[in-house]
Amino acid sequence: MKAQHILSQFRATGIQTCLHDRHIDPQILAGLNGSNWRLKDYEARGGYQALRKVLGIGGGEAMTQDQVIATVKESALRGRGGAGFPTGLKWSFMPRQFPGQKYLVCNSDEGEPGTCKDRDIMEFNPHIVIEGMAIAAYAMGISVGYNYIHGEIFSTYERFEEALDEARAAGLLGNNILGSSFTFQLHAAHGFGAYICGEETALLESLEGKKGQPRFKPPFPASFGLYGKPTTINNTETFAAVPWILRNGGQAYLECGKPNNGGTKIYSVSGDVELPGNFEVPMGTPFAKVLELAGGVRKGRKLKAVIPGGSSSPILPASIMMACTMDYDSIAKAGSMLGSGAVIVLDDSRCMVKSLQRLSYFYMHESCGQCTPCREGTGWLSRVVDRIENGHGQATDLDLLDSVAEDIQGRTICALGDAAAMPVRAMIKHFRNEFEYHVQHKTCMAAAYD
Amino acid sequence: MIEIELDGKKVDIVEGSMIMHAAEKAGTYIPHFCYHKKLSIAASCRMCLVDVEKMPKPMPACATPVTQGMIVRTKSDKAVKAQKSVMEFLLINHPLDCPICDQGGECQLQDLAVGYGGTDSRYSEEKRVVFHKDVGPLISMEEMSRCIHCTRCVRFGQEIAGVMELGMSHRGEHAEIETFVGQSIDSELSGNMIDICPVGALTSKPFRYSARTWELSRRKSISPHDSTGANLIVQVKNNRVMRVVPFENELVNECWIADRDRFSYEALNGPDRLTAPMLKQGGEWKTVDWKTALEYVSHGLASIKANHGASSLGALVSPHSTLEELYLTGVLVRALGSENIDYRLRNAEFTTLQNGARYLGMPIRGLSTLQCALVVGSNLRKDHPLFALRMRQATRVGCTVNRVNAEAEDWAMPVRNSCLTPSHGWFQALVDVAVAIALAKNIVAPWAGDATDIAKAVASSLLSGERKAVLLGNAAAHHPQASKLLEVSNWIGTQVGASVGYLTEAANTVGAQLAGAMPVKGGLNASQMLSGALKGAILLNTEPEFDSAAGKSAVSAMKKCEMVVTLSPFKANLDISDVLLPIAPFTETPGTFVNAEGRLQSFHAVVKPLGEARPGWKVLRAIADVLKLPGLAYDSSQEVLAKLHVSLDADALGCVSAARLSNECGVSGEAVNVDLKPSVATIYQLDSIVRRASTLQMSADAKASSVQEVSAS
Repeated sequence: MKAQHILSQFRATGIQTCLHDRHIDPQILAGLNGSNWRLKDYEARGGYQALRKVLGIGGGEAMTQDQVIATVKESALRGRGGAGFPTGLKWSFMPRQFPGQKYLVCNSDEGEPGTCKDRDIMEFNPHIVIEGMAIAAYAMGISVGYNYIHGEIFSTYERFEEALDEARAAGLLGNNILGSSFTFQLHAAHGFGAYICGEETALLESLEGKKGQPRFKPPFPASFGLYGKPTTINNTETFAAVPWILRNGGQAYLECGKPNNGGTKIYSVSGDVELPGNFEVPMGTPFAKVLELAGGVRKGRKLKAVIPGGSSSPILPASIMMACTMDYDSIAKAGSMLGSGAVIVLDDSRCMVKSLQRLSYFYMHESCGQCTPCREGTGWLSRVVDRIENGHGQATDLDLLDSVAEDIQGRTICALGDAAAMPVRAMIKHFRNEFEYHVQHKTCMAAAYD
Repeated sequence: MIEIELDGKKVDIVEGSMIMHAAEKAGTYIPHFCYHKKLSIAASCRMCLVDVEKMPKPMPACATPVTQGMIVRTKSDKAVKAQKSVMEFLLINHPLDCPICDQGGECQLQDLAVGYGGTDSRYSEEKRVVFHKDVGPLISMEEMSRCIHCTRCVRFGQEIAGVMELGMSHRGEHAEIETFVGQSIDSELSGNMIDICPVGALTSKPFRYSARTWELSRRKSISPHDSTGANLIVQVKNNRVMRVVPFENELVNECWIADRDRFSYEALNGPDRLTAPMLKQGGEWKTVDWKTALEYVSHGLASIKANHGASSLGALVSPHSTLEELYLTGVLVRALGSENIDYRLRNAEFTTLQNGARYLGMPIRGLSTLQCALVVGSNLRKDHPLFALRMRQATRVGCTVNRVNAEAEDWAMPVRNSCLTPSHGWFQALVDVAVAIALAKNIVAPWAGDATDIAKAVASSLLSGERKAVLLGNAAAHHPQASKLLEVSNWIGTQVGASVGYLTEAANTVGAQLAGAMPVKGGLNASQMLSGALKGAILLNTEPEFDSAAGKSAVSAMKKCEMVVTLSPFKANLDISDVLLPIAPFTETPGTFVNAEGRLQSFHAVVKPLGEARPGWKVLRAIADVLKLPGLAYDSSQEVLAKLHVSLDADALGCVSAARLSNECGVSGEAVNVDLKPSVATIYQLDSIVRRASTLQMSADAKASSVQEVSAS
């Protein structure tokens, strides 16, 4: 009930997370008004031209699979789900000559706290994902695809199903797409809200109808994926970027970002800003500019810190962050990661201990329980932070936290262990004084939030 | 083969192996919990993290494939630091009260904590408490707080037992091992989960808190139940069997045993044990000394022989008896001048052997690599749990299993084609398969039948692949048309290149044939003996009412005898016997069993005989001594075996010479009503020991079969 209450209040303010004009050179979110999500609207915006071009429909030669992959490689498109792996390279790993069934999976299990970009893409521009997936399937010779959608955005799942129906009816999906010899069946599937199912192998398990638990790698999904078959998994936003690349060329996409960081990226800016929402801007846009698009720090307060790429990315103090541009390399150089592009802004009223308490609780709650360091360690971290926040901390706790986080990091099956450990270590590294203050004075250093 | 360097040593290892396999080969121990050589790899405990050069993170040895020139350090600072941190995580929520844990002293976590654990704990928060579960009479899940979530038990169920009874529900810290909505664990192999659980989470309910592991002597033995001949370690305290666990033998039982092998020991200490000879006088049972009992028996046998002739004496023997006991019983009966001895109590049709004893027709280990099998008349999973286990592994890599059976029992493995027909239709069903094979091979089958769709499906399955077998189960062996079933099976086997064999019912079914425990030259068979042809009967280890096809009618036949002598470890046959002679069960006597594949396995007594009980071979010799009969004057069971050994010509691996084993059709005896349903024992009614195992009798399988019996009668 509480969540619904907050949601209805949010809606009452009339704010729509991406339906505004504060994007810079948008490609995915361009020209959206909330109701023009249907096939005819998408085609009016130039939709499905890239697929036609690839298939050689309406004049021109069909592109070869290698040409499509080369174009994507040229664009320097990197995975938008968080890891930033070069998409073209990933596609080239797919054993195209594999004789059996191969699968394409879209990871729309957007669970990273702070991230809400995939939801908007599928809600307001679902066909761009369908077109991107169809092109990817063509490039890798795949005939079946699934879009696994986060279970807590059920209306988005229903919207996507509707878009699939439209695409099928128009011959854009199914057998012999647009009269070509290319066949691609795309299905939507929804999860039930577990964060871990956003991890690609846990997602595959869940898609197979099993408990969502990551598999150990190797083997990687490219050789042993869904139902044990070669599978390529990309994020929703990655697929959504593909039609533009094919329409305008890889070079053009690269040019609107910066080298090795092609194209635009959607940032979900939340926290202490005046106008939170999704902002699509070219890669390499300064953070200060993104903050400005989001209306600046709320109530004119001072920026204290930023979590630049979703809750699992290490927090960066304001001084470092204001010098960063928003792209994979710059943020990595600053000691954090761009992740899913969820920018969480904290102003000077925020207590870092309280913030970490919330984050650590989340990772304890979402650990799948399969491997030891994560199952046992996330709870340990959470309890110690809890204790510090509640005034029962000891001087030794800070080193304990750092040591436990270090013991988790890099020793788990999937990245959730790292995701739980990194915020802890970064918080203690950058804001150790606040934690020490909490331990000594059993109260908070930051002014009470008003 | 590729070469890697492990702790400075060069190790050659097959490509595709994991670092753990290389370490095993090199004799290097890498600490681990979730890894088990017979189970799939989970890589979840993280205890086996090792340092691999050029890898930034420590890698799990169990799940990291070796590559040419890989340099692995299992004891470097990086590796040990990772291992110690995992141990710390495992211990933060694990109770640190080893002295009151039933697993204490044989706990992998406890052992490894000595090497990798800290001296004190940095964890000062509250420990996790996990609610206990009741999963049936055999496995205790009283202390689930001790679980370290290695999921060995879950994987065992999925992969080895074929039924996923345990699973890990919930998430993160709340993840716990439990059955689906509180159901019980009913697998016939469930006890193995106790062995593979590395901590005190799953323990043996019957054994729990009855002894400490270091108080127990460990002695090797052989299971007396089914024809696998599972190798056992019997654990003994104060001359009492406290617990039975598997002894690893890759050729026989791998590292598994069935619950029947594991929990039947309870009967050995039960109230039903016969601890002194007893005589029935005036309808009352009186305990007597051995001398009185032996004289009574000898006098009885001699007077019946004098009054009615030697052919009115006979012995009904159990194929769960030792080779030595069976042999000496035969010698005794024959020395008395009778040819009436038979172990085939559940048979309907009695045929002579042709060129050797009926057996599996292939090595047991070959069951694991079969590509196709046709099983005839068997409840494979419950009759032969460990054979089923091996064939289940085969199906995981593509083996197709077909069956001709009365019921579509759940074998916990994929069965490709099931020809389901009542037992009187099995012959025709097999003939149909033969006709379908003939059709496919363009030859003529020697019988007339229809190549039905299912017969064609079975035939095409049998015609593909290389390693295949036709396996005749207990119901096929006890079938009124047993010899015809064998004849068609042999024809099919020849045509498709499959081995043909009997799964064989009991621990010593093959041995009984080799020891001469069946009539030749005009002796009476079991069915004849059980229908009132005897005046004097010796019952060795058998209870005709439960162990024979005659069932209740056997009781009235036995009552017609002037004297019935029961040699048994139990107070058995009380209403039909005149004398009870207490003999030692398999744990109290040396002996030998010959398993289905013809493997001769001898064992020693693991404890002293209870009370006045004596090894069966000694009792038989003593009877012969009183009667002054020749041929039984052996001073040890080894001498008896040595005498037999010459004729069995066992090879170096302990298998009986192939020349003594054969599944060729023999001459069948008198025709039997084909509508007769074959007599088959349910899983926990197979023999007199398992029948008295109190906890096993509370299991779901035992309850299900007792319901069946009630409804059948």
